[in-house]
Amino acid sequence: MNRWLLWVPLGLFAAFFAVVAAGLMRPKDNIIESKMVGKPIPEFTLPAAIEQRPALTSADLATGEPQMLNIFASWCVPCIAEAPQLLALEQAGVKINGIASRDTPQDIANFLSRWGNPYVRIGTDVRSIVQLELGSSGVPETFIIDSKGVIVHQHVGDIRKEDVAELLKIWREAG
Amino acid sequence: MIAEAGLIALWLAAALALLQLALCVIGLTKGQDKLFAAIRPVAIAQGVLVTLSFLLLVLLFIRSDMSVNLVVANSASMKPLIYKISGTWGNHEGSMLLWVAIMGIAGAAIGLFERSLKQRTLVTTLAAQAFISIGFYAFLLIASNPFERAFPVPEDGRGLNPLLQDVGLALHPPTLYLGYVGLSIAFSFAVGAMINRDVGPDFAKAMRPWVLGAWVFLTLGITAGSYWAYYELGWGGWWFWDPVENASLMPWLAATALLHSVTVLATRDGLRAWTLMLAVVAFSMSMIGTFLVRSGVLTSVHAFAVDPERGSFILALLAIYIGGAMALFALRVGTVKEGSQFEPVSREASLVANNLLLSAILGIVFIGTLYPLVVEGFTGEMISVGAPYFNLATGPIALILVAVMAIGPLLRWRRDKAMLVLNRVSIPVFLTAATLFALVLFTTSMSALSLVGLALAAGIAVASFAPLWKRNLRRTPMHTYGMIIAHFGVAVALVGMASESSFTEEKLVAAKPGDELMVNDWKVKLHAIEPMAGPNWTALEARVTAQYANGTTYEIAPQNRMFPSAQTQTSEAALLTRWNGQLYVVLGDSDEQGRWQLRVWWKPFVTLIWFGGVLIALGGLLAMIGRLRRAVRQRRQRAYAEEWL
Repeated sequence: MNRWLLWVPLGLFAAFFAVVAAGLMRPKDNIIESKMVGKPIPEFTLPAAIEQRPALTSADLATGEPQMLNIFASWCVPCIAEAPQLLALEQAGVKINGIASRDTPQDIANFLSRWGNPYVRIGTDVRSIVQLELGSSGVPETFIIDSKGVIVHQHVGDIRKEDVAELLKIWREAG
Repeated sequence: MIAEAGLIALWLAAALALLQLALCVIGLTKGQDKLFAAIRPVAIAQGVLVTLSFLLLVLLFIRSDMSVNLVVANSASMKPLIYKISGTWGNHEGSMLLWVAIMGIAGAAIGLFERSLKQRTLVTTLAAQAFISIGFYAFLLIASNPFERAFPVPEDGRGLNPLLQDVGLALHPPTLYLGYVGLSIAFSFAVGAMINRDVGPDFAKAMRPWVLGAWVFLTLGITAGSYWAYYELGWGGWWFWDPVENASLMPWLAATALLHSVTVLATRDGLRAWTLMLAVVAFSMSMIGTFLVRSGVLTSVHAFAVDPERGSFILALLAIYIGGAMALFALRVGTVKEGSQFEPVSREASLVANNLLLSAILGIVFIGTLYPLVVEGFTGEMISVGAPYFNLATGPIALILVAVMAIGPLLRWRRDKAMLVLNRVSIPVFLTAATLFALVLFTTSMSALSLVGLALAAGIAVASFAPLWKRNLRRTPMHTYGMIIAHFGVAVALVGMASESSFTEEKLVAAKPGDELMVNDWKVKLHAIEPMAGPNWTALEARVTAQYANGTTYEIAPQNRMFPSAQTQTSEAALLTRWNGQLYVVLGDSDEQGRWQLRVWWKPFVTLIWFGGVLIALGGLLAMIGRLRRAVRQRRQRAYAEEWL
């Protein structure tokens, strides 16, 4: 057998080593952070979702007091699960604005009459355009917005009982 | 206290590994042979201590001890007991501790049971085993201490990756690790043999049962992993050529080649250098696999625990162990005498063909897995190499391989006559041709690969039993039965694969409650969608009935689970298994009109894929038991003969 052939495995391993070592050195983002935290609310105007509540524009969210913005849908089960927590936040004095995602006025009205209506304003986002601009990829999601209209916190998924205190704290600090 | 006891046990085990290495090095270099007597007990003690350390970690998880960081991050007191236990290895630190524990157990097993190796080779083997363990002990103790305390102590843990909350996870990683790490024995044997220039039939016979044992676990682990991905990911596929799957396939390919080449070395004293190389490569592939999974250098759906610094640590270990073994190979194998020669038509030649084809597949998978990394390095572009490449490149080679597999066992050692061989395989060849003809005639839209695969499977199924032809069935050795069952298992799995890829029927519908659809012989009806709440998830569950053509009705309930704490959604597919296939139902999202996406597959004979995998493992197990029994018997006879002479 040719003597130098015996070195081929080591050579192949050296090549492998070089490739993965270079791969390891390259910085990599493994966590996707919410890019919207720290930025002002993007400009938008949404028509009213139901008759009983006014429409929602980005101007309504920069009024000099901290508020919450909750994205929900009548077809979303975790939204039912978080309804009591939203009502609790409303009781605590939080102004909650709603964006109904991909929904119909009738379904929204039914949903709110059955599970409670914590919202001061509700805009309807039929094609999820505003939702995407906000950097939200699903329902439910909740944003806390400070007095100048800057997003300070994004909560992805339903608000559970144990989350309420933390969200209230962030909301108070945003004032 | 348990955590501290576990950490102490781990430190002590690491110290014993150092002692094990030192005893061997001093003994070999200073000619102090009496030191060797201590090596076996030290190896056994090390195995006991590291196992104790692992069991203590399991105990911490069972007791939900939230003062330990690892438990906090990967467990929750509400979880069912089985997931608390499996949570132990469902994370980086725990799985690395499992890794060294198995390494320690493997070393202890060599110390306890290995009786055929020459003393110096055995001692060097145990030293190599200790040397590898030391690296992983250092990795655990320095970079990933599983027993670290949490401060302040939180009320409860954060849970476990939802995908991992599954019975499949309880068994899949430990089985796979037993295979991965079991291959370290072959690696250490090879190092021992190279250092002592002790390569020959006796060495091969000693190594073979260990290789078979690791290979059985690896086969079972891959089979279980494939089934887990099949039902848990809800994509209906059973193999995705994902980097992590490839990481488990590559050691298996190398080990499969190894257990065939080791037979040539044991029986005919051929393929010496090649067998040593395969023994090194097999465990190297295990380590590379672990590295790829743990470092996050490749993007994968399986990358559960990712940390580049830990990646650098493992990479350094790889450089030492793999690089070292390969350098040793290059330096030493030139001085190992070449084994005996053989003719082109012979059992040896068919086993060489088996080895070359397996190596080719290994090379293709290796390149395909790393190619994205190379491209990203040179161009910055992110690409992924998918199933089409792997299927197209490995499929035809795999089919040639199974054809060789059918013929190989029917060849004589050293030299055979081509005409006689043709005569022996005439029935399987005829069966393959007839099946191929029938399939071409009666089916449409089968891909060439599945067509040939199914036809070959028919031939192999018969050919695998051909070694029993005209033999006394009671005197046929157990390892021959093992081979027959394993080869038959390949045919069985092949039928499942070809049938799944050719005859699967799929329907994707948007259904309202009350809607019905027909898939093959099944009438599937959606009755209702209901919300459900589990301990740490909420779900939508579809009430579905499936009625078979003969009138039998089954109730099934696919789910769509949301885990709010992990912000993950998992799909719980509903499976209905009949003897001739599986009905696979997945619930998707809903649209504005209140219709639900329902994806229904009928997959004929798909279960044969995993059934075949189990048969292959069973064959390996029989072969191992058969070989061990024969070795014990021969040792007794020799002892008996020596007594009388």
